[in-house]
This record gives sequence, structure tokens and C-alpha cells, in this order.
Amino acid sequence: MATTADQFQGHVSDHGHGHDHLHEHPGFFARWFMSTNHKDIGTMYLIFAIFAGIIGGAFSGMMRVELAEPGIQYLDMFAKWFGAENPDFTTTLHTWNVLITAHGLIMVFFMVMPAIIGGFGNWFVPIMIGAPDMAFPRMNNISFWLTVAGFVSLMCSAFVPGGTGLGAGTGWTVYAPLSTYGSPGPAVDFGIFALHLAGAGSIMGAINFITTIFNMRAPGMTLHKMPLFVWSVLVTAFLLLLSLPVLAAAITMLLTDRNFGTTFFDPAGGGDPVLYQHLFWFFGHPEVYIMILPGFGIISQIISTFSKKPVFGYLGMAYAMVAIGVVGFIVWAHHMYATGLSVNTKMYFTAATMVIAVPTGVKIFSWIATMWGGSLEFKSPMVWAIGFIFLFTVGGVTGVVLANGGIDDNLHDTYYVVAHFHYVLSLGAVTALFAGFYYWFPKMSGKMHSEFLALLHFAIFFVGVNMIFFPMHFLGMQGMPRRYPDYPEAFTYWNHIATIGYMVMAASLVVWFVNIAYAFLAGRKAGDNYWGEGATTLEWTLTSPPPFHQFETLPVIDEAAHH
Amino acid sequence: MISGHIARRARLWGRACIFSASAVFAVPALAQETGSYTPMKPVEGVGMPTAGGLGFQQQFSPLGEYGLWIHNGILMPIITVITLFVLALLVWVVVRYNRRANPVASRTSHNTAIEVIWTILPVFILLGIAIPSIDLIAKQYKPAPKSALTIKVTGNQWFWTYGYPDNGDFEVVSTMLNIPGQPVVNPGTREVGSEPWDGPSHLEVDNRLVVPVGEPIRLQITAADVIHSFAVPSLWFKLDAVPGRINEKVLFVEKPGVYYGQCSELCGAKHGYMPIALEALPRDKYNQWVLTHAGAVIDGQKAPAEPAAAEPAVETVPAEATEAAATEAVS
Repeated sequence: MATTADQFQGHVSDHGHGHDHLHEHPGFFARWFMSTNHKDIGTMYLIFAIFAGIIGGAFSGMMRVELAEPGIQYLDMFAKWFGAENPDFTTTLHTWNVLITAHGLIMVFFMVMPAIIGGFGNWFVPIMIGAPDMAFPRMNNISFWLTVAGFVSLMCSAFVPGGTGLGAGTGWTVYAPLSTYGSPGPAVDFGIFALHLAGAGSIMGAINFITTIFNMRAPGMTLHKMPLFVWSVLVTAFLLLLSLPVLAAAITMLLTDRNFGTTFFDPAGGGDPVLYQHLFWFFGHPEVYIMILPGFGIISQIISTFSKKPVFGYLGMAYAMVAIGVVGFIVWAHHMYATGLSVNTKMYFTAATMVIAVPTGVKIFSWIATMWGGSLEFKSPMVWAIGFIFLFTVGGVTGVVLANGGIDDNLHDTYYVVAHFHYVLSLGAVTALFAGFYYWFPKMSGKMHSEFLALLHFAIFFVGVNMIFFPMHFLGMQGMPRRYPDYPEAFTYWNHIATIGYMVMAASLVVWFVNIAYAFLAGRKAGDNYWGEGATTLEWTLTSPPPFHQFETLPVIDEAAHH
Repeated sequence: MISGHIARRARLWGRACIFSASAVFAVPALAQETGSYTPMKPVEGVGMPTAGGLGFQQQFSPLGEYGLWIHNGILMPIITVITLFVLALLVWVVVRYNRRANPVASRTSHNTAIEVIWTILPVFILLGIAIPSIDLIAKQYKPAPKSALTIKVTGNQWFWTYGYPDNGDFEVVSTMLNIPGQPVVNPGTREVGSEPWDGPSHLEVDNRLVVPVGEPIRLQITAADVIHSFAVPSLWFKLDAVPGRINEKVLFVEKPGVYYGQCSELCGAKHGYMPIALEALPRDKYNQWVLTHAGAVIDGQKAPAEPAAAEPAVETVPAEATEAAATEAVS
């Protein structure tokens, strides 16, 4: 996709901070496999995320086609695809659990996170703060390849025994004891190892971002002048740094419970399965903000650019993200309302969870206030960003419903929850990813995409995802539980609509791929600042694509300059 | 499309009625006071999801009605207004502040007053939600009176067992009925629709959880293997069955009827095939049902002519053994 290959031919920057690097001509292998360049690593993260996303998305397609009608129609075939010979009914059903598990893990750890932090974070955080590269370029490389290794481990797990069939069928939450004595065989171990590898990669990435942002800002780039995208990645990096070790501990305990006779989560030895849930969600809840906060940052940049206005309430926006990050650590048990919490615990988590709506509301209103009084230009990133604001609002308000422990008694683990978190992630984080993609793709590749195709992509995607996920609210309120391959006939109608919606959404992705192909084959050459006067951050002072090493002479940020 | 499904359901039930004449009933085990029980026929659309339904199921417990009221009367209006408000603002800025309508952008970037307002106002809205919500939680955790009937619910891979310690400690094994035309889920269990009282496929079981209506019942929920979750949407009831723990919650059913639910925590391959069917009966009929079990005890009194009084009769019914019996088959 994005390539800075042109730069090897010796690009001379108009701005005086690009340089010829004819003496640095890494060969293909050295450039892409031993890369220490934040832009190349960012590109690899994006390509990897698209690849993983196609697989994770294909799994969701397999799930939706099975759910189009009651009864089991296709799972048998899917079980054979994974290598099961003459699967009996239990093995067939196990395949369903493998699909939901793989879909969740891939989309969270190998699609959204690599794309939004590894991809856009790597590409634009150093540039936006006026740094030549990340603080630890070689660690950056390890982070990427650990993520790839984790993905390979996860893929391996699908083809080895996992209890009642091939693959890990534990759900992405890997709850004990289903994941311990409930799933004998190496599949779950492979899955746990995948999380260890990806987690280690993410922790190193987080250390890299924090160090870069704290130490490598250009002269005059104070913390309160940083673009909001950099703020969002900074907060995200802290969330990663603080939450991932807890996940690592939890899944290591799973591993020893499974293989070395410990009983952390086994009541037979004095352990408690609920302990695992506390540990998992202490990581798991910050994790959802890890996925969405950089999206907030991207949306802030885009709204400001195409309104030709500085972000409204910059400090409020930055500290709202800090507040979301902090509060995100003290609300985890709202994922466990049905697990048998004490009354006071449930009341506390209900109240604490609702508090998150306040900084989130500040962000939504500030985006609208940024547009208010602006001179709006509806280029494709802006249309995606406005779509994001609306879809994220829908996902946010259903979150307020679910925050109520007493209401969650009915909605917990139903499709209402599935609808909620896909509205904030699939329609929130992914929409933000596409917005960022169209915003920065010409900068990264040097080629302009087709605006028409980008808008067409948005229109079809918007219709498709709403068709998939809005009916899930109805299914959930009617009582349809999550993670079911089959259902009573009463649930048929809305499931059928959702499956049609999936096909619409999939068609929009075809438009996207055509657009990428178009850009590389026939796209106009992108100028330095192709979005015009509203685009004021440092990446727009560089060429498109930027030189292999930017800012060899550090830019100086004017004291009066706006973030 | 929806009506088609209803028609199919009706045909299924029609077929069930024909078969009912030949149904074999369990032979009661007790010599004198034998008890009697014929499973209740559920009402279509009550205690179960409705085709194409948009909202919550109709509620049949006081706390369910309260929860439903909080959702429909408070939460739903608030989130709808907020969403429409945000949508209206978005439409307004798109119309009013597009490049043609407003060629020169303002440079406004701060307004302390409005920022304080949109921080404080949501706090008050959330307080308005929190007060009834916390009240609901408090009521949900009110323990059952000491005299309340205790029923023990145990989740297993992949069926439920219901123990009745106050009624002689017998146990009922509850397994999903097989679905005609689909692979056999539970070998030895009959197909749904083969008895006149059978409810929807995927939801109906061979032996229901029978409870008395109109009185608080202490449900004690645990699991034998992995975590399951006992859920009945029309009673606003969901509580995880965790191995090594006993979770307790009060169940109160207002109206006699059959109420369906499904396991709501991923528990392995057949997670989707271990539904819950709860039948609420008036006390006298409940007692009659209890008396169909060996070792039955009513109000602390053993049924007369009950042998083996020294040891409590714990009866478990293997799934295979229930094929011939129409209903609560206890040897």
C-alpha cells in the first residue's frame, strides 16, 4: 500500500528538512524485514492489519451465513475446512466457538490495534511532534514481528485439538475453567501464546510511544501544543503499559493451571474462576479504550482540518481522554454483573461506569462545536468522521443502558451487548480507521485516491453495518444470547436482515480495494498539503510521501502557533 | 416471512396434538398419595421471544416490571432524545456551516461557559438514571424470607439439574428436546412437538423446572463443570452458575405459565442447546407435582407410606431413560 520507495531515488525536499540518502539503500530484505524506519514499520502494520482483518472478517461472514436461518447449515462444512474428518455434531458445534473466538481475537489484537496504534501511530506520531523517528527504532521492529508471530500462533491453534474439536473454542475472553480443564489439547495453549506474543509486542510499542512523545518533541512543541492524535496515542500507550501485564499474568496463570497442576482458577484446589474474570477485565476494559482513543484522535484531526478551525476546547479534549483512560481502569466489573457480585460492588460499578459518559459527551459536543462556525468541506475523511460521531453516539448511549447493573440482568450476554460493542468498535473504531485511511493515504503513498469511490465506500458501508448491527438490539432485548450458532424461529427475521447487511458491508470493502488499486495505478500525485489550509499539523509540511528520514533539521514550533 | 414461521409453528403444534393421545404418562412411585402432573401448554408469545419482536419480553415478576419500566420509561426516552439531539446538531452544522453557506471559518476555540454546561448537564442526567437504577439493584438483592422454598440449580455440560432440598431432595434433569430434521443433540431424548404441551424448538426441555407461583423462591445456582448462566428473560433473571460458588437470588413468578430462557455463558460446544424451561404452578398443583417424585416431602411432612425414610432419596434421571416417559419420569 503505502510506500516511500520514491524517496530512495533521492528526493530533495522543498522545505529543507528532507535529505538525500543515497548512501542508505537498504535492499528489499533489509528494508522490510529488518526495518527500523517508523514509516516502513507503520506501513507493514497497516498491511498486516488489512490481511488479518480480511481473515477476521471472513470468519464473521461464516458466522453470519450460518445465522441467516435457524438450524445448522454450514458449520459441518466449516469444520471440514479446519481439518476435521467426518465431524460429529459436537465437533461441528465446536467449530462455531472457534469462529467466534478467532473473530474476536483477530479483530482486537491483530486488526484494530495494529492498524490504529502500530499503523497510524507509528506513521504520524513522530512526524506530528517533529521527530525524525521513534525513540527505539529496533524495538519498534521487534514489536511488529512479535505481533506477526502472535498471529501465526493463533492461526496454528485452529488446526490442533482444543477439547471437543479442533481449535480454541473459549471465546476471546478465554474464561476459566472452560479454557483450563474444559479445553484439553494444545489449541488453547497456542491461543494463550498468541496473546503473550502480541501483548509483549504491544507493551514494547507502548514504551516506545511514551518515550518518543516525552523526549523527542521538536523545540517549542510543548505537551499542550501536541496534536490531539498524539495525545490520544500517549494516553493509549499508558493504558497498554498498565493493563497488558495484568493480562499477561492472567493468561500465564491459565497456562500453569492447564499444564503444571496449579489451581488458581480451579475450585477443586481452592482457586476461583471469578478471579480470572477480574484479572481479564482489569485488562479488558482499558483494552476497549485502547482501541477507540486513537480513533478519537484521528477524528479530532479530521474535523479540525475540514472545518478550517482549530479544535474546540483543546484542553478539555485532551484531558477528557486522560479522564476516560483513568476511569477506564475502575469500571471493569461491569462486564461481570451476572457473575454474582455483592450488592455494593454492583452499585459501585454501575455508578462508576456511568461517569465515563461525561468525558465522552465532552468529546462528542466538542467535535460538533469545532464544526460550528466552520467552513465545512465534505471530503471523504470528513464524511467518514461525521458518520463516526453519529455511530459512536448510538454505541455510547446503549453503553449507558448496559451500565445499569439491574438492567444488565436481562441484557447481559445477549445480542444487545454484541450490538453495543460493535457500534463503538466496528462502527466506531473501524469507521475512524477508514476516516484516517482516506485522510492520510495520499500522504503515505504519494497517490491520491478517488474521492468518488471513497464516498461510495462510505455510503455502502454505512448502510451495511447498520443493517448488521441495529437489529441486534432487538434480538438482544428479546433475549437472544450471544455466541449461539442456532436459535428459535422467533429470532429468524432480524438475523436474516443482519446477514443481508453483512453482504452489503462486504460489497463496500470491494469498493475500498478498487479504490486502493485505482490510486496506485492511476491516482494523481499527491501534493504536500492536499487538504488545504485547514491541515496545519507537521505532516503537511512534508512531501507526499515524506522523505525516508524527515526533520534532520528539527522544525521549530512558533510559540503562538496553534496545536 | 414472519407469518410463515408462525404457520409452521402451528402445524408443528397440530401434529403434537395428534400424538398426545398415545402419550405414556409416568407411573407414580408413591403407594397412597401419588400426586399428579401434566405439563402446562405454553401460550404462544408469552414467556418466550416473539417473531420479529423489537423490545423486551413481557415481564412476569415485580422486579421485571420495575426493570422494564426503568428501561422503557427512563433510559429509552433519554438515549433516544440524546441521539436525536446529536443527529440534529450534526445536520444543522452540515447545512449551516458548509463551505458555500459559510465561506470564512470563525476562529472560535474556547467557550468556558458552554464547556461547563455540557460537562455538568450530563452529570445531572446520569444522576436521574442512577437513582432508580441503584434502587433496582437494592431490591434485586433483597434476600428471600427464611421460610422461602429453596431450589438448587446446577449447570452441566450441557443440561440443567434442579434439586428440591425442601421437598425431599429429589433432583430433576432437564435436557433440550431434539429438533425434527436436525442432527440429534441429546441422544435418547424425544423430539420437540411430540407432546401437546411442547413449546418452541430450541427452548423446550424434557423435564421443566417446576416452581410455585406467587411466592418468593430462593434459587441457589452453581455449576458442576464450567461456568454456565441461568437466564429467563421474561422474569428479568440472569445469574451465572460458577463451579465452586453458590450464587443466590430470589425468584418470584406472578402468574402461572411456562417461561423460557437459554444458557447465557459460553460453556463449550453445545452451549446453544441447554435451554431453561420454567413452569410456575399454583401451590396445590406444585405440591401434586412434587408428590410424583419418590421421597417427596411437603411442608416438612414426608408423603405417607414412604419407604426408606432414613435416607433422603436423591433421584437422578439419566437422559437416556426419559425417552419413553412423557414428563417427569422418576423411577
